[in-house]
Amino acid sequence: MSPSAAARQIDPPANGLPSHAGIYHYDQVDRDFLKERVEQFRRQVARRLAGELTEDEFKPLRLMNGLYLQLHAYMLRIAVPYGILTSRQVRQFGRIARQYDKGFGHFTTRQNLQFNWIKLVDVPAILDLLAEVDMHAIQTSGNCIRNVTSDQFAGVASDEVVDPRHYAEVLRQWSTLHPEFSFLPRKFKIAITGSSADRAAICIHDVGLIAKRDAEGAVGFEVYVGGGLGRTPFIAKKLRDFLPEDELIAYLEAVLRVYNAYGRRDNIYKARIKILVHELGIDAFRDEVEAEFARMPVAQYRLEPAILDGIRARFAGQPYEALEPISGVLARARLEDQAFNRWVRTNVAAHRQPGYAIATITLKPAGGIPGDVSADQMDAIADLADRYSFGEIRVTHEQNLVLAHVRQDDLPALWTALADIGFGEANSGLITDIIACPGLDYCALANARSIPLAQRISERFADLDRQHDIGELKIKISGCINACGHHHVGHIGILGVDKKGVEAYQLTLGGSAAEVGAIGDILGPALSADETLDAIDAVVGIYLDRRQDGERFLDTLARIGHTPFKDKVYAAH
Amino acid sequence: MPLIDSGKLVDDAWVRLGDDDALPAADVPVIVSLSRFQKDRATLVGRNGGLGVWLASNQHPKDIADHLADFALVALDFPKFRDGRGFTIARELREHLGYRGVIRATGHTLPDQYLALVRCGVSQVEIPEGRDPALWAHALTEISTAYQVSVAGPLSMARLSRHKKTEHAA
Repeated sequence: MSPSAAARQIDPPANGLPSHAGIYHYDQVDRDFLKERVEQFRRQVARRLAGELTEDEFKPLRLMNGLYLQLHAYMLRIAVPYGILTSRQVRQFGRIARQYDKGFGHFTTRQNLQFNWIKLVDVPAILDLLAEVDMHAIQTSGNCIRNVTSDQFAGVASDEVVDPRHYAEVLRQWSTLHPEFSFLPRKFKIAITGSSADRAAICIHDVGLIAKRDAEGAVGFEVYVGGGLGRTPFIAKKLRDFLPEDELIAYLEAVLRVYNAYGRRDNIYKARIKILVHELGIDAFRDEVEAEFARMPVAQYRLEPAILDGIRARFAGQPYEALEPISGVLARARLEDQAFNRWVRTNVAAHRQPGYAIATITLKPAGGIPGDVSADQMDAIADLADRYSFGEIRVTHEQNLVLAHVRQDDLPALWTALADIGFGEANSGLITDIIACPGLDYCALANARSIPLAQRISERFADLDRQHDIGELKIKISGCINACGHHHVGHIGILGVDKKGVEAYQLTLGGSAAEVGAIGDILGPALSADETLDAIDAVVGIYLDRRQDGERFLDTLARIGHTPFKDKVYAAH
Repeated sequence: MPLIDSGKLVDDAWVRLGDDDALPAADVPVIVSLSRFQKDRATLVGRNGGLGVWLASNQHPKDIADHLADFALVALDFPKFRDGRGFTIARELREHLGYRGVIRATGHTLPDQYLALVRCGVSQVEIPEGRDPALWAHALTEISTAYQVSVAGPLSMARLSRHKKTEHAA
C-alpha cells in the first residue's frame, strides 16, 4: 500500500462515520438512493396497512427489505455489506435494539444482523435510523441477489492475494434493485474471497468467486457455481478457472440470465441454481452460460479499471504506525498470563502490517447464545473499535466479530476489556465456537430448537483446557433441513428433526466449508437432546483416544473412518 | 384490462384473439398465441391491422426470433407476479434480437415492478381492474438511481454508482 493510500481519509467523513474504517464510504448518490428506497417501503407498508396490498403481494416486497414474519413477531435482517461496519453503525444497532427490540441483536452466518422482535409499523422509522448511518435491509431476503459476503480478514490478511472488498462493493451496487433479477426462481447468494485460505465458505454459495492473479499479475476470478446446503446439499462446481477482471459483471449477468430463464419454478425445494446445475450437468450449464455470454454486447458490461479506481477511492486507508514486527509488550504478556496467551493462540491472526494483528471476538461465551450481542455490549465494542481499530468492526460467517487493525502492543488491554463484557473467551475455531440457526425459538420453519442445544454443548465443554486439548473442531447446528446453521459442513453437524412430534437431532461427521469443501455423512438414527450431548462427548472421546501426532479431528476421522465413532455412540442402543 | 403506457392510462386498440376466435375486421390489430401464429401465419401477416404475439412465461423468444418483423407487439405473460422470467425475455428481445416494437406485460404484475419492467424493455402493462393507475405513474418516479446497465439505460458500467435518472428509452 502506498503511503498516500494508507493515510487516505474519505472527506468529508461520511455522516460522521469514522473516516478510516475500511468500509465503502457512501456519496450523495448512494444517500439519495437510500432515502428514496426508504420512502418507497414506507408507502408499501401504508398500502399494506390500508388493505391495498394483499399479504401475498406484500410478502416479496417486505422480504426484499429484509422483513420476515416469524413465530412470534417480525424479524428485520439488516445488510452488513461483506461484513464490515463502523463503530457508529454498531452504536446505531444498539439504539435500535433498545428502542424497538428487546435490547439485543443477533449476528448471522451471512454476516448480517437480525432483530427478532420488530413491529411492522415501526419498520419505516427503523429504516430511517439505519439510513442515517448509511445502512439498510435491502435484499437480505427474497428471491433476489442477496447481500454479498466475503472474507472477514479482507484487506488485512497476511495470506491475501487480492483485496476482495472492492469487487464485493461492485457486486453490491450492481445487484441493488437489479431490474432483471429481482424475481428469480429462488434466492441467490454470492461469496467472494481473495486468499488461498477460504474464510468465506465460497463452496456452499450459488456463486463463489476466488479473486487471484495470473503470471503477469492481472486480476481474474475462479468462478464456482451451484453450491448450497438445504435439503439437497451440493459443493459448488468450477465454471471458469480464470475470468478476466473486466468481464466479471458480464459473466455474472450471463449466469443469472440462464438461471432466471431455466431455473425451476414448479417446486420451491428444487428452485435453487444448484438443482439446475445438477440436472443439466456442469458442462451443459457452462455451455448455456458461454452461449449467452457470447451473444452479449460485452462492452456495455465491461468493468473498466477506471470504475474500480472510483470504487477503491471510496474506501479509506488506515494510517498505520511504523512498528517493529514483533511486539515486546505482547511477548511479555503472553509469558506472564496463560489465559491471555491462550486467547492469542486461538483468537489472534497475522496481519500483513508489521506490529499489527487481527483479533477475533467470539460471540460464544459458555452457555451463551451464538451471535447474540446486547445493546450495552454493542456500545462497548464500538468504543473498543474506536480506541484500537480505527473505528471498524467486522462480522464473520461464523457469527463472531473481528477488530482487524489492532496494534500488537494493545492486545493485552483489548483482551481485558473484552473479558469485562463477557467476550474474552479463547475459543475461536474450537468446539464451543458453534454456529447455530435461530431454530424453533424463533423460526416458523424449524423442527427443533437450536439455541438451547448450542448453550448446553458450550456448557458441557466450557473447560478451556479441554477445549484447547481437543483443538480445531467445528460444530454447526440447524433446526431444520433448510440448513441455515450449515450443519452439512460442520466437522460435527447437528440437524434438528421432528421424530413423531418430539424434537430430535441427527448427527453428521466430516463436513467442511474450508478450501476443500465436504458434506458430512449421517452417523445414525436421530437422538434426543440429552443423547446428543453424550454422543458429542463420545465422538470427542474416540478422537482423543485414537489421534496421532498433530492430527486434527477431521484428520483422524479421515484416517479411521466413521465406524469407531458410530459404534461408540450407538453402543448403548 | 386498463392499459398503462409511459405511466399513463391509454386506450387499448388491440384485440386478444382466442385460438378458435374468428378474425375481426381486417384493420383491427390482434394479439394471438404463439401456436395460432405458427398455424395461421400466412393469413395473419396478410391483414392490414397490426399483429401481436402472446408468449407464455415458459415460451422462449427464440421461437419467434425468425419472425420478429411480423410483429408490432409482443405480449409477455406474468402468470404470477413472482414469476420473473418475463424480465429476462423482454431484455433478450431488445438486447439480443433488436426488437423495437411494443412489448406488453400481461397477467399479474405489481406497480412496484413497473420501473424494473420498463428498464428491461417493457413498454406497456395491462393492470388488474379496480387498481389505482396513479400507483403505476408514481412508480416511475420512486427510484431515480440506477446502479446497473439496462436496455433502457444506462448502456455502460462507466457510471456504475453514479447514474441518476433512468432514461425510458424503450
